[in-house]
Amino acid sequence: MESLTLRRVYVWELPVRLYHWVNALCVVVLSVTGYMIGKPLSLPVSGEASFSYFFGWVRFIHFVAAFVFFFNFLGRIYWGFVGNQFARWNNFLPLTPKLLARQWAEFLQVLKVDIFQAQVKPLESIGHNAMAGWTYFATFLAFVFQSVTGFGLYAAMSTSWLPGLFRWIVPLMGGDFAVRQWHHMAMWFFVIFSMVHTYLVFYHDYVEGRGVISSMAGGWKFVERRENVK
Amino acid sequence: MSRPPLTIWEQAQMQGYSRRDFLQFCSWIAAAAGIEASGVPAVVEALDTKPRLPVIWMHFQECTCCSESFIRSSHPIVSNIILDTISLDYTETLQAAAGKQAEAALHSTMEKYKGQYLMLVEGSVPTAADGVYCCIGGRTALDIVREAAAGAKAVVTWGSCASNGCIQASKPNPTKATPIEDVISGVPIIKVPGCPPIAEVMAGVIVHYLAFDRIPQLDGIGRPKAFYSRRVHDTCYRRPNYDAGLFVESFDDENARRGYCLYKVGCRGPVTYNACGVIRWNNGVSYPIQSGHGCIGCSEAHFWDNGPFYQHLASFPGFGIETTADTVGMAVGAVTVAGIAAHAVVTNIRKRSVIAEEIRTSEKIPEQGKDA
Repeated sequence: MESLTLRRVYVWELPVRLYHWVNALCVVVLSVTGYMIGKPLSLPVSGEASFSYFFGWVRFIHFVAAFVFFFNFLGRIYWGFVGNQFARWNNFLPLTPKLLARQWAEFLQVLKVDIFQAQVKPLESIGHNAMAGWTYFATFLAFVFQSVTGFGLYAAMSTSWLPGLFRWIVPLMGGDFAVRQWHHMAMWFFVIFSMVHTYLVFYHDYVEGRGVISSMAGGWKFVERRENVK
Repeated sequence: MSRPPLTIWEQAQMQGYSRRDFLQFCSWIAAAAGIEASGVPAVVEALDTKPRLPVIWMHFQECTCCSESFIRSSHPIVSNIILDTISLDYTETLQAAAGKQAEAALHSTMEKYKGQYLMLVEGSVPTAADGVYCCIGGRTALDIVREAAAGAKAVVTWGSCASNGCIQASKPNPTKATPIEDVISGVPIIKVPGCPPIAEVMAGVIVHYLAFDRIPQLDGIGRPKAFYSRRVHDTCYRRPNYDAGLFVESFDDENARRGYCLYKVGCRGPVTYNACGVIRWNNGVSYPIQSGHGCIGCSEAHFWDNGPFYQHLASFPGFGIETTADTVGMAVGAVTVAGIAAHAVVTNIRKRSVIAEEIRTSEKIPEQGKDA
């Protein structure tokens, strides 16, 4: 008789897990406050401006979250060089031709098994599968884009050097208006990504039962081992 | 031998201005130009002793609103002395000469003061079809501007047309209207955008140049820092309403009457660099926001394309003017939710056997309270 056992594998190290949740919190806070900055609430107030600083706080929270988000992201970039095999850059980018061939094959497999479900039997990948890796790399590009455009806009009201580093983006894009417009549009990428990402971890946990959701809390995933027992 | 050209003080005297009027003007214009109090004597000295600066003022694709703004400067000396009497050797709008006489005046200035004259340009230059969309005296604007710029000491691009193209350069820009900086090179350029720029800003730029013999400090894209380093939003008297979250929702509501922030009805103050909130217009009487209308961002590049003016977000390209990035985002979000729902349903059908197999092979835990 064939018996199936699950073995624990330590996949996500603490810095990766910490990064993930800080990032998740920042993305939620930034999207909510960012949306409110783009489309402010109609407050049922009729007082004088000196009694309130509501919109100022919304913007303050957005800026603080942006700094946290930025440095958290820098931390993750560093960890891509020194982390374990599941955290490294070669999970996100096909750095060698051999890697490209393997990731492309896996990408097609994921398309077949998980997206179109032409094949029913689940795939086994321990860290990120190729499609996830590439998608996360796309999110990294979005992080860079949001950081550059956001700090570029912020530079006009700041004297500190860090936002000043991104001042060049404003004339390049044709003015603050255009930068703000792009920054706003890119927010929707984060919203859509978060929806799909959340759904897919539920999907994988449901279909495969390998603890994908809890892996980002404790770091452990499960791999299957089949063996014949009498 | 010809007499040396008169100084501005000498001209002012001839116009009947007193020394007191003249000194008041000097300190006023120094303040407008952002020169510190200790720099006022330098301004007085310059206007007192320096011979007039030869200036040619050119008009290409524009509406002359820059000239109109300038001659409405709150101080009479600006229009009487700088513009009218003294400095202009050539300007299509205000000169008495016409035709061949005007052309002769232009060429004599360009030859006589080669490398010394200040060139002021109002309007963009069309470059499509070899520049035939704007011709003066049988020559294209492109030709004229290049020739004149070659002998200029510095170029001031008045207004948004000359600085960033303004309405002529808005989509689809049939004449390929081009800002001056893209058609000339080798000459320092001071950009004074605005549609029109504020008269005191224009006068301030000229006086700074006159007083110190060098161009004022410019920002990264070539505008004088004294006037364009802050956003209209930063100096707006309605700013506290913005920070408090008190916004006008429509132009006829109670909030508009109370003077709340115009951000939600499309004010471009937060993305526009200009001195309107400080210097204001018409002798400091008011500026658009003070008059209850949002800023339209006239000193910013592409402001005609960033519409509609009464919406905070621009329309999303290709989806009609009422559609913003948020409308598109919401639609994509709805499609995503539908896709997720469909995928979840399909998963439960297609992967039924996998899930059933997992449940079947999972460890059987004896019920509590019963022996195994």
